Amino acid sequence: MEKGLSVVDLRVSAIGGKQILNGVTFDLPIGEIRVIMGPNGSGKSTLALTLAGSPDFKVDSGSAKLDGEDILSLSAEQRAKKGLFLAFQRQIEIPGVILKDMIWEAYRANWNGQGRPSIIDFRKTLAATAQGLSFSESFLDRAVNEGFSGGEGKKSEVLQMLMLKPRIALLDEIDSGLDVDSLRVVASALNDFARNGRSALIITHHYNLLDYISPDLVYVMKAGKIVDKGGLEIAKIIEKEGYSRWGVD
Amino acid sequence: MQSDTYQIGLKNEEAVKKMSKDKGEPDWMLKKRLYSLSVFESKPMPTWGPDLSGLDLRDLAYYVSPNVGRADDLEDLPENLKKTFDALGIPEAERKFLAGNGAMYQSEVIYERMKDQLKKQGVIFMSMDEAVNKYPDLVQKYFMTRCVPPTYHKFAALNGAFWSGGTFLYVPKGVKVEMPVQVYFLVDHPSMGQFEHTIIIAEDGASVEYIEGCSAPAYIKGGLHAGVMEIFVGKGARVRVTTIQNWSKNVYNLVTKRAIVNEEGRMEWVEASLGSKVTMLYPASVLSGRGARAEHLYVSFASDGQVLDTGAKITHAAPDTSAYVISRSISKGNGRAIYRGQVRVNPGAKGSVNSVKCDSLLLSEESSTATFPVEEVYEEGSDVSHEASAGKIAEDQLFYLMSRGFSEEEARALIVRGFMEPVTKKIPLEYAVEFNRLIDLEMKGAVA
Repeated sequence: MEKGLSVVDLRVSAIGGKQILNGVTFDLPIGEIRVIMGPNGSGKSTLALTLAGSPDFKVDSGSAKLDGEDILSLSAEQRAKKGLFLAFQRQIEIPGVILKDMIWEAYRANWNGQGRPSIIDFRKTLAATAQGLSFSESFLDRAVNEGFSGGEGKKSEVLQMLMLKPRIALLDEIDSGLDVDSLRVVASALNDFARNGRSALIITHHYNLLDYISPDLVYVMKAGKIVDKGGLEIAKIIEKEGYSRWGVD
Repeated sequence: MQSDTYQIGLKNEEAVKKMSKDKGEPDWMLKKRLYSLSVFESKPMPTWGPDLSGLDLRDLAYYVSPNVGRADDLEDLPENLKKTFDALGIPEAERKFLAGNGAMYQSEVIYERMKDQLKKQGVIFMSMDEAVNKYPDLVQKYFMTRCVPPTYHKFAALNGAFWSGGTFLYVPKGVKVEMPVQVYFLVDHPSMGQFEHTIIIAEDGASVEYIEGCSAPAYIKGGLHAGVMEIFVGKGARVRVTTIQNWSKNVYNLVTKRAIVNEEGRMEWVEASLGSKVTMLYPASVLSGRGARAEHLYVSFASDGQVLDTGAKITHAAPDTSAYVISRSISKGNGRAIYRGQVRVNPGAKGSVNSVKCDSLLLSEESSTATFPVEEVYEEGSDVSHEASAGKIAEDQLFYLMSRGFSEEEARALIVRGFMEPVTKKIPLEYAVEFNRLIDLEMKGAVA
């Protein structure tokens, strides 16, 4: 595959710890929404964090390519500049760094349009995008993730994704902590996002979000490996039976 | 120049007498100077704080004439100063949001201007030298009497002997000065002491915000800044002093600031310290009337070769007084940032509350920080607390920001700015922007 993300036999250990990913292989072509489902502890977050360049993990072997180019040798910053985005599962607080200022700075840092970005246009788009997500504008004036509830934290991640317009978005447990209305709003945002030459990888252990999104492919991850793939029917099986058919841990 | 510069060659006492005579001062001020000189000479150099052995007091010019005339319009200043002030954005600030604006260059105030409206309301804003002659009774009542007497410490006494320049700001009863008053301090003599003396009086119910900016170009050899500030906050009055200190990194900045706060009065100190080789800065609030309040907000950025020793001295001398301190320091290279505080609750100051929070961020292995709190609580019915923390930039915060496309350097600068935010948000926006820009410059190359 040329365009998109391609991961082959990726083996990853925690720094100073044991191997967590034992050979992960999957693709995310441009324009698609794909899902990785797996039980807790299967290595889903490790996969997302490793792909984004977390310093907490060490790649033992395997490859990850974006548009055919290796990304594993790049810094987190360079990966982001190439269009990779991670919506974090865990909320990382950055005291005193105001959310809207941080997004503006990132928007500027990633700007590749013509001329200089306009802060007025930015603010309008930000306000409209926040509104579209039912994300209270008062949170834009708060420090990043400080005092955010789980749901607000998730929406803040989606808001950043929509503003920064990455080509590849990895969304780690984006559905946890969201109520039904919020799930709907986020799903709709993701459906719109993954058209126009962008893709999303939804990493989850719940079915919830899939009520509102039709993924192009569902992967099943278990014990650090992709063990199956298929259509939405796989997700439905997981919802009914859990992961028992792929072996019990 | 020679005749306008007092230093070695002239004995201290002769220098003081000549200075007082040249300034045309009344006799009481000469006496005050001579008494201060005797105190200065009798007190040893302080040894409890940062190393001052590099400071040779005999090496300094104690008075340097600016050799420019007084101007009533920034346009009338000599070209080189105009350029400097333009670069600092001072003319624009004056137009946009200052009630009063002044500039002190070397040892004299060379410029000051205040909005007519405030003059009509009886506000006095002038150089201390001028005030001594124009308002002798008022100045004599407040000048180094009960707020900062010459015996306060060695450098207060030095200031008392050789003071020149500084501001006299008087706000009559009930007058609220809506916009800040600013004075900019500039030194470009290779080796001098700047000893300005400032007095701010806010009568009952009055309010005023005073902003100081300080700078010296990097080419000077060194020097001493030993200013004194005495503040009187009347009943229900409010004074905020904001200082943005960016002296050249070979200046000893040993300043004295003290406020006496009356019933229900409120004193706010905002101290942003960036420059100097050594800073010793311990603004004091004496909460002398029931319900008086003080806020001390400090941010210090100690780079390679700098020791920034700051703290708050707070005395709760009446019931129901409250004070809180937020100190945020950052150390880089082998820089050292210290919090040294003193809280005293007098017997009878029931219901008093004091809270001190010091947080330090260390950007390198060689940088260091320390906290020395002293608490003397003589009243059981009071609440005194102290919290301190020191740490490094968290890896997960760095990764989070880098995953948004920031370089490591940019990410660190953002985190540092965020760390300082509880203090910098209190700085008027125009100054905060400039301060953050200076921090960004300091952060350049901070990544090993």
